Amino acid sequence: MEKKIHAPLVSEEIKELRAGDYVYITGTVYTARDAAHKRMEEALNQGSPLPLDLKDNVIYYMGPSPARQGRPIGSAGPTTASRMDKYTPRLLDLGLKGMIGKGKRTPEVAEAIVRNQAVYFAAVGGAGALLSKCIVESQVIAYEDLGTEAIRKLTVKDFPAVVVIDSLGNNLYEQVMEQRGTKE
Amino acid sequence: MGEIRTIPVSQVTESIKEMCIQANYFLSEDMEACFQSAVERETSELGCRVLRQLQENLKIAGEDQIPICQDTGMAVVFLEVGQDVHFVDGDLETAVNEGIRQGYQEGYLRKSVVKDPLIRENTRDNTPGILHCSIVPGNQVKITVAPKGFGSENMSRIFMLKPAEGIEGVKEAVLTAVREAGPNACPPMVVGVGIGGTFEKCALLAKQALTRDVTEHSPVPYVRDLEEELLEKINASGIGPGGLGGKITALAVNINTYPTHIAGLPVAVNICCHVNRHAVRVL
Repeated sequence: MEKKIHAPLVSEEIKELRAGDYVYITGTVYTARDAAHKRMEEALNQGSPLPLDLKDNVIYYMGPSPARQGRPIGSAGPTTASRMDKYTPRLLDLGLKGMIGKGKRTPEVAEAIVRNQAVYFAAVGGAGALLSKCIVESQVIAYEDLGTEAIRKLTVKDFPAVVVIDSLGNNLYEQVMEQRGTKE
Repeated sequence: MGEIRTIPVSQVTESIKEMCIQANYFLSEDMEACFQSAVERETSELGCRVLRQLQENLKIAGEDQIPICQDTGMAVVFLEVGQDVHFVDGDLETAVNEGIRQGYQEGYLRKSVVKDPLIRENTRDNTPGILHCSIVPGNQVKITVAPKGFGSENMSRIFMLKPAEGIEGVKEAVLTAVREAGPNACPPMVVGVGIGGTFEKCALLAKQALTRDVTEHSPVPYVRDLEEELLEKINASGIGPGGLGGKITALAVNINTYPTHIAGLPVAVNICCHVNRHAVRVL
């Protein structure tokens, strides 16, 4: 099913999303990948504030290539989400509602998604040029010294993604493997 | 012995700079052909959608001069140096890294290399690359630049099999690596397999297999059969484009072999995503 949704996410909309739904996301999302997650974890351990308010927000696991003059961003596709699994349940418990990445998540992340009524989306890996067209604005808001791994605030318009883990815990990747190629 | 040919290392730098940029904006013709055939064969709805997006992505990358994928890789460089070549005006490895530095800077490519694997400070110019040099007859230099993304690199595996496990053991090893990689490795993937040699040699064979033309099979009959059989089995897994289900999980399986020890059967599986980049040039 195709749906248009807005970020930050709204609980009522999240509840309607099902694994396998094709969505177009419009609004604000934040990028963070390995190094930024490590720093956020360290900040939480020290009792310091995070550089972004997680509540209802979406984190896009992405580190872009440099932007050419006059463009908001370079190539900007998803990175593998599982590297962030170690940090994710804690962020979900603090209010994070959505993640965009690619690839499998651990059972702990899936449980935290259900517990917090959140959602995990996959964007097409390796389509960074295409996806950059859906990003209309990009601004580094924290950890600038991390270069491509800095936290960016992105304004996205009709950013295409697929619901992989929904708020009930349905998992598209698992469904696909159960059907073993019969989904034709 | 042939006549010694003198090549200034600046020629190597210039070539590598241009090849880093070219490889990240344009897929080679063999990869494009493979893509087209995949689009025609896929039947799952989400799978077709992903493949069409990837084709559109390639078009935008070429037209807008934007990298195909934001992970523009760690630059793997193969140099086959003719033994009658004499490099002058600098040292070769520095020249290679200078080419990478200039290419990643001028091409707006992402700098993804950290100076130390545990301290993890970005070198900010994507150097150093990974250089594999071999000495061959003649007076030419063949350069292959293969920027390697890590989404798929991370899903690669080495298996030190027992000789008794034989060809069935090899098949199981490859299928295990592909199954575990699943959606993480950005399918449809290209699977490079090395069989034989030593621990490090089979990994290198697998990497070199990824730089082979994906529309051609091994000249060794049993290896060609194995490539065909594994591709069929991988595509029967149902993982599909993007891991969202479908017939096209891999675009090609390329296998390279080498003699090995009486006690061993090393198998390396180097997985590459659909952005299987390689540019080749001869000086």
